[in-house]
Amino acid sequence: MRMIALHLAVLAVLAALQFVLPAYHHTNAARIMVLATYAIGFNIAFGYSGLLSLGHALFFAGGMYATGLLVDQGGWQPWLALVAGPLAGGALAAAVGLLALRTAGPAFMIVTLMFAQAFHLAILYWGRFTGGDEGFTLSGAARRIGAFDLADPATRYTAAFLLFGAAMLGCLALARSRTGRVLVAVRENEERTRMLGYDTFRAKLFALALSGLISGAAGATYGLMFGYVGGSFASIQYSILPLIWVLLGGAGTVLGPLLGTALMFYLIDWASSVTTASQFVVGAVLILLVLFAPRGLLGLVRDHAMRRLP
Amino acid sequence: MLTLEGVDAGYGRVQVLRGLSFAAQAGEVTCVMGRNGAGKTTMLRAIMGQIPLTAGRIALDGQRLDGLPAHRIPRLGIGYVPQGRRLFGPLTVAENLEIGLMTRGHGARTRERVLDLFPRLRERLGQTASTLSGGEQQMLAIGRALCLEPKVMLLDEPTEGLQPSMIALIRDTVRTLRGMGVAVVLVEQRIEAVLELADRVAFVETGQVAETLPAADLTPAAPQFARYVGV
Repeated sequence: MRMIALHLAVLAVLAALQFVLPAYHHTNAARIMVLATYAIGFNIAFGYSGLLSLGHALFFAGGMYATGLLVDQGGWQPWLALVAGPLAGGALAAAVGLLALRTAGPAFMIVTLMFAQAFHLAILYWGRFTGGDEGFTLSGAARRIGAFDLADPATRYTAAFLLFGAAMLGCLALARSRTGRVLVAVRENEERTRMLGYDTFRAKLFALALSGLISGAAGATYGLMFGYVGGSFASIQYSILPLIWVLLGGAGTVLGPLLGTALMFYLIDWASSVTTASQFVVGAVLILLVLFAPRGLLGLVRDHAMRRLP
Repeated sequence: MLTLEGVDAGYGRVQVLRGLSFAAQAGEVTCVMGRNGAGKTTMLRAIMGQIPLTAGRIALDGQRLDGLPAHRIPRLGIGYVPQGRRLFGPLTVAENLEIGLMTRGHGARTRERVLDLFPRLRERLGQTASTLSGGEQQMLAIGRALCLEPKVMLLDEPTEGLQPSMIALIRDTVRTLRGMGVAVVLVEQRIEAVLELADRVAFVETGQVAETLPAADLTPAAPQFARYVGV
């Protein structure tokens, strides 16, 4: 009960922040919540199920492009295109998983990376439709869902909050469910889990598809919120970022993705304001993290203060 | 009940089991003895579908097990406790048991029976498995396998590295399983344990069961121990 209250309190703080944050941080917070949703998706595969994918940009950008192209070139209603985004992310993840999950460890990382790179190259190759490297912007009408205009900062914040809240509570429910425990069992010892009668391939496929669905939802929402769909979101950088966010915040924790995304976002923001070598600062922080908190910040909290933190 | 007939199996090109035949009966403890590398653990892994057979057949109550996906075999009623326990460290005792219970849909009654068998686990239900002592971890590993309500229980050196009081407890558990009508296959290297627990003893040598004898026919000085185990 205490743990549920803690997570609800975090949501309450996020809901309240929109009324006190100055404009700059208001937009940042909305962006962070959507990116943290992407990190939650990644965390379900990596943190809870032990699947280290280097191709998650495929699912994030897949959702973004599905929604963006459908609304921009297909003439779909934005709300309908917004539903298609997560479905595209989930379907792509399931399709990749059917092949990639026949491998494990480094081979799995490479196979997922290759799929994402192929998708990135496809975006560049079919630039006539996708806008290539430059991408394309979405018109004002394309960002309006009923009476709600996602170009409006307050609406944008609310949309990001609702998306993040749903993903976070869903992840919390998963972590506390029987299915979540089986995923942790697969992560800890796949062979032993199989020897207890579980089809571990199916469990991992479910985890990857759910992860892709949430990542796709984040990508689709990001595209509509900020009115831009671009090839850079399919690049390897966007596969590495959620890994860093999750490692920083704490893999296999519900709140870790939010903490890691927020800290890394503001660390880069601050470092680039004081030095041109901002990546050096980020690198130094990551080295310190690996040395002193290899399980991430909330992993540290879980080890020393809150053993039952989900 | 559980039968292996002419089983060939191994790892890649290395053949370990060479025409191995073996049987375990309900309500009996069959101890498997042999030197390191003789094929004892490989036999258990072959039963569990972890390594494919290149020849022979394995059946439980007449139903073929070889060729089935590995995850289907525990569902048919075979519990396996490998060497090294292999618990799910970050999960609690209760959650480890729950994972065992979920497989075959067994509920509170089975859980209670397991906890009655290992009262110490009841005291540690909320504790994460990684923080248990070696003996408690072995109890949990066996308890989790028992959640499957197995007809056959495969135990691979369950008392290895445990203190005497825990060894006695594990041996009591083996007797209880026998009393429940479970066919217990116990890989064990300690002669006194084998003579105390076993109904039959199968001696494995170079991937085959060389000899199977009633335990009552064996004494600590029996030549089979020197020949097949080297003690």
